[in-house]
Amino acid sequence: MEPNKISVIVLSDKREQLQMAAMVASVGAVSGADVLVFLSMNALRYFVKGAERRAPPEGPMGELMEAKKVMPFQDLFASAVELGGAKVHPCSMAIDVLGIGDGELEGYVGEPMGLTQFLDIAAGGQVFSF
Amino acid sequence: MAGKKVVDARGSFCPGPLMELIAAMKMVEVGDEIEVLSSDKGSANEIPQWLKKVGHEHLGSVEEGGVWHVTARRTK
Repeated sequence: MEPNKISVIVLSDKREQLQMAAMVASVGAVSGADVLVFLSMNALRYFVKGAERRAPPEGPMGELMEAKKVMPFQDLFASAVELGGAKVHPCSMAIDVLGIGDGELEGYVGEPMGLTQFLDIAAGGQVFSF
Repeated sequence: MAGKKVVDARGSFCPGPLMELIAAMKMVEVGDEIEVLSSDKGSANEIPQWLKKVGHEHLGSVEEGGVWHVTARRTK
């Protein structure tokens, strides 16, 4: 049987969206799925080393998660990689537009990936967008 | 003789306790037991489902004073 394939497109800079994306990626990866995370648009800046880690809430749930110190989404993405073998890649277009250089992203983030490659890998699997 | 490890994940929200269990699972031997302490009811439901999905053994779940004790055995 083909392994379950999950692709997660992460675009938002809001805490709730980023948290849910990280939850899907981490639980999917540790449950045996091949998980690919594609970071782009306003989400990518939270994965730059030394950048602000706290994303603004879009509603009361985000405020509650902050107040109750729910595990940061960056830590969940790192767990997805370390514990479940997920692959996390930045969008090459976003890298170029933001001017992010080699080695500036968190260590668990892989090489820049273009849409052609992403769509090729994602084909036939589940795709979630946040 | 099989060992037993306790993972104190109280105060952590879903999927934090599950991630802590999985990290511990990688550290123990096949046959060892892990007891997860969780104050998060969602995780108390989620962990047995994960164990069933990936093929580890769920030995039981008990709630005491708002803390769930979920015990598992590594089988592979």
